[in-house]
Amino acid sequence: MQINGWSGILVYLEMQDNGIADVSLELIGKAAELSGEGRKEIFAVGIGNHSPVLEKQLQDYPLDAVYLYQIAEEFQADIYEEAVIACIHKLKPAIVLFGGTMQGRALAPRVAVAFATGVTADCTQLLVDEDNQLVQIRPAFGGNIMASIVTEKSRPQIATVRPGIFSYLEPVNHKKIAIQEKRWESSKPRVTVLDKRVAVWETGIGQQELLVAAGRGVKKKEDLNMLRELAGLLGGKLASSRALVEKGWMEPEEQIGLSGITVAPRCMLTFGVSGTLQFMAGMKNTGNIIAVDTNPNANIFEIAHYPVCADLYEVIPKLIQLIKDVIAI
Amino acid sequence: MKIAVCMKQVPTYSEGNMDARTGLMIRSGLESVVNVYDMAALETALQIREKMQGTIDVYTMGPGRAVQVLREAYAYGANQGFLVSDEAFGGADVLATSYTLMQAVKSQGEYDLILCGKQTTDGDTGLVSGALAKWLEMPHVTGITKLMEVTPNEITLEQMLERHNISLKIGYPCLLAVDRSIFAPRMPSLKLRMGGKKKPVISIALKDLPDKNACHYGQAGSATKVRSIFPPERTKQQTVANMDGKEAAAYIFEKIQKLRG
Repeated sequence: MQINGWSGILVYLEMQDNGIADVSLELIGKAAELSGEGRKEIFAVGIGNHSPVLEKQLQDYPLDAVYLYQIAEEFQADIYEEAVIACIHKLKPAIVLFGGTMQGRALAPRVAVAFATGVTADCTQLLVDEDNQLVQIRPAFGGNIMASIVTEKSRPQIATVRPGIFSYLEPVNHKKIAIQEKRWESSKPRVTVLDKRVAVWETGIGQQELLVAAGRGVKKKEDLNMLRELAGLLGGKLASSRALVEKGWMEPEEQIGLSGITVAPRCMLTFGVSGTLQFMAGMKNTGNIIAVDTNPNANIFEIAHYPVCADLYEVIPKLIQLIKDVIAI
Repeated sequence: MKIAVCMKQVPTYSEGNMDARTGLMIRSGLESVVNVYDMAALETALQIREKMQGTIDVYTMGPGRAVQVLREAYAYGANQGFLVSDEAFGGADVLATSYTLMQAVKSQGEYDLILCGKQTTDGDTGLVSGALAKWLEMPHVTGITKLMEVTPNEITLEQMLERHNISLKIGYPCLLAVDRSIFAPRMPSLKLRMGGKKKPVISIALKDLPDKNACHYGQAGSATKVRSIFPPERTKQQTVANMDGKEAAAYIFEKIQKLRG
């Protein structure tokens, strides 16, 4: 494939409550950084209806053009991809960024196959090197190593980024952007949506001020009860690393990490969490991390504000007692 | 109904290793298991087969010893196992992996339904299912948490997105990526397990695929390349406090009280 002639950055705008999802605004912020102070163009493509909220959100950002497609159907990857693919053919962007959301992760691989190009999931860092290659950095194999990944010979270079990984770009009141709208009729709606209900995400681990995180150091499923009790006493929730979800002890929606949920509570207590990169990438913006582990060299201690080398089985019952004593008074 | 299930052999631990020179996974010396997310896909296939007439074909791509995945699938009741294995397939990224799986699946005719797990525990992208669906020109739905109804023409499901639970129905052919919560795997049958040891496995190598051009597979057919691997940036480390249980509890208690103002 010819890679000359592809330039600029296209951000997929995910719609939410009539406006744009935070993750898309985070990607626009990263695109602005990658564009080298406006030397490369930044485009956005979204599927949804024009609204005053959306227009106001967009006009504050350094976008060169916005394409908004109206599709009658609810989200279906094989229909929404048609509009995104058409937009890529038109703009020929060198880079396409998707949020690492259900939508983004369904669309990105389909778009990549359409252009026979690469897609890198859940990047934690993106930069452009001196050869104009997008360097996509992510933890490799859930392990304790980072990998720099490049898409050398094909375009566009496609990456997904989980919500909360990049910081939100402050509105800059850039200029008024023309939003180009188009209706998109798909010939192949294959999915019929019967019902759509708001999930109780407000009560999820992503929305807590305080989290207690359990890791591989917890030996038995029953032992999670005392951690859950501690979380309850502190007015927070119990979450875990991937290891316990793989064992079936915790639910996927309780998993912290790049492959689980990105969290940034004010305070987190970790017990027996060694701290894989994929775990830490999903919680590194936590305000205060108190980490307890028996291994003095645990990775989690490198980012913990209060690293404590101790045995969770000795600490937790005593900590629960101290809290109960205070409540009793 | 003709059902295909994609399953992968992964290292027991998520903390697999990578070769610092080639940037590829070191698979030797690690104990291997079936990717836990794929067991939910297999169980979904079994549940569907119980309601409908049909067959379940399991595909696994990997080195020769990935045949263990197929033996395991036989113990649960899969009809036919395909080992997609060739030196030319090694080092594949999302694009090349999904292309190889598509070629393998296509070599066995048309399927009504293809089932995948949410993600693997080693590569960890969660993207191969969507890429495979695109190669097969099929619609695909991810995040399936419930199987509501199966009929000869369509399947009714529940999907969990970030903020919504969606009930939907979809016609065949289609690809579904199921969440682990959809079904807990059943107990494997001892009788099937014993029988499965002798049951033949069908090997699919490059020469068996419709497209035999080696450049489209493995590292050669991959669009992405690992340029380098490196240890993560170290942040300024706090001194680790060594304490017994009582001291630690008092220390943590004091910190929490302070943080909560």
